Amino acid sequence: MNILWIIGGMALVTYIPRLLPALFLDRFQFPGWFRKWLRSIPYAALGALIFPGVLLVDRDQPLLGLMGGLVAAGLSFLNLHITLVMAGSILTVILVQFLM
Amino acid sequence: MDTKKAFFQGVSTGSPIALGYFPIAVAFGALAGQAALNWWEAALMSLLVFAGASQFVGVSMLLAGADAIQIIATTFFLNLRHLIMSLAVNDQMRDFPAAWKNFLSFFITDETFALLTLGDQIHREPQGPAYMAGLMLTAYFGWVSGSALGGLGAEFIPSQVTTAMTMGLYGLFIGLLIPSARKSIGYALIAGASMLLNWGLGHLMDAGWAIVLATVLAAVLGIPLMGEEL
Repeated sequence: MNILWIIGGMALVTYIPRLLPALFLDRFQFPGWFRKWLRSIPYAALGALIFPGVLLVDRDQPLLGLMGGLVAAGLSFLNLHITLVMAGSILTVILVQFLM
Repeated sequence: MDTKKAFFQGVSTGSPIALGYFPIAVAFGALAGQAALNWWEAALMSLLVFAGASQFVGVSMLLAGADAIQIIATTFFLNLRHLIMSLAVNDQMRDFPAAWKNFLSFFITDETFALLTLGDQIHREPQGPAYMAGLMLTAYFGWVSGSALGGLGAEFIPSQVTTAMTMGLYGLFIGLLIPSARKSIGYALIAGASMLLNWGLGHLMDAGWAIVLATVLAAVLGIPLMGEEL
């Protein structure tokens, strides 16, 4: 029983922040600076999601994530499709784990 | 644009996320099993919460004997970053009917957000509700089904695979960010500043808060840097 309450509580506090912008965003006409801030969020969020998290892919071995990340960056610079970029970083990690 | 076709194109765009989620969800289900959750309780948590990192933390806290309020409060702070991400996704959904916005907002995760906001070189179609639903429900399906299987004691996935797939999700982020950053030095500066801020703030506070603050602050750089287009 207790666990169902916990799950229900977690569900509620997770959905509410996701839902709020859906309820309120279109009620306001935002000034230009706010729209620019809004459009910058994806770049800022991706930066924060990538670093330093990528170094913790394997907590004992920060180099592993670093290498996977560098390979992903390299493949992405070659304009490869996102699926290939993902595959390249996955294969790098598998290979390095295998060799170590 | 035919709705069914748009939905299945969304499914196809979302499937790399689902593939990345699946083995991580199996690991989550297995951990939930250790914390004495049934397979269906693990699946129910994934079905209702759908936020990976917080679910791992929640179950670990259960194992450590934390009480309900502590777990729920930690979940709230860890997932607060989705509020910021939801602002950006809802900005793209302005013209959708309200019911669609409320429904699709449930499925905003780091990965679906990243793909929806920065995947412009991947989406061949305008992102309507059916397309977004296909993409998000596919990711959701990977997460929920993996959790159920992991909870059933399916420990058939070695930890090296989970590590590799976690790397794959970082590969997704990197592969989405770099083409955008190459388009404009401004975008690259915003992302780079956010990385440094997140790294610095990570020494002072929880990782969850550091990501939120780094994102909010680094995006301020966009006010002088962003062009007037749109």
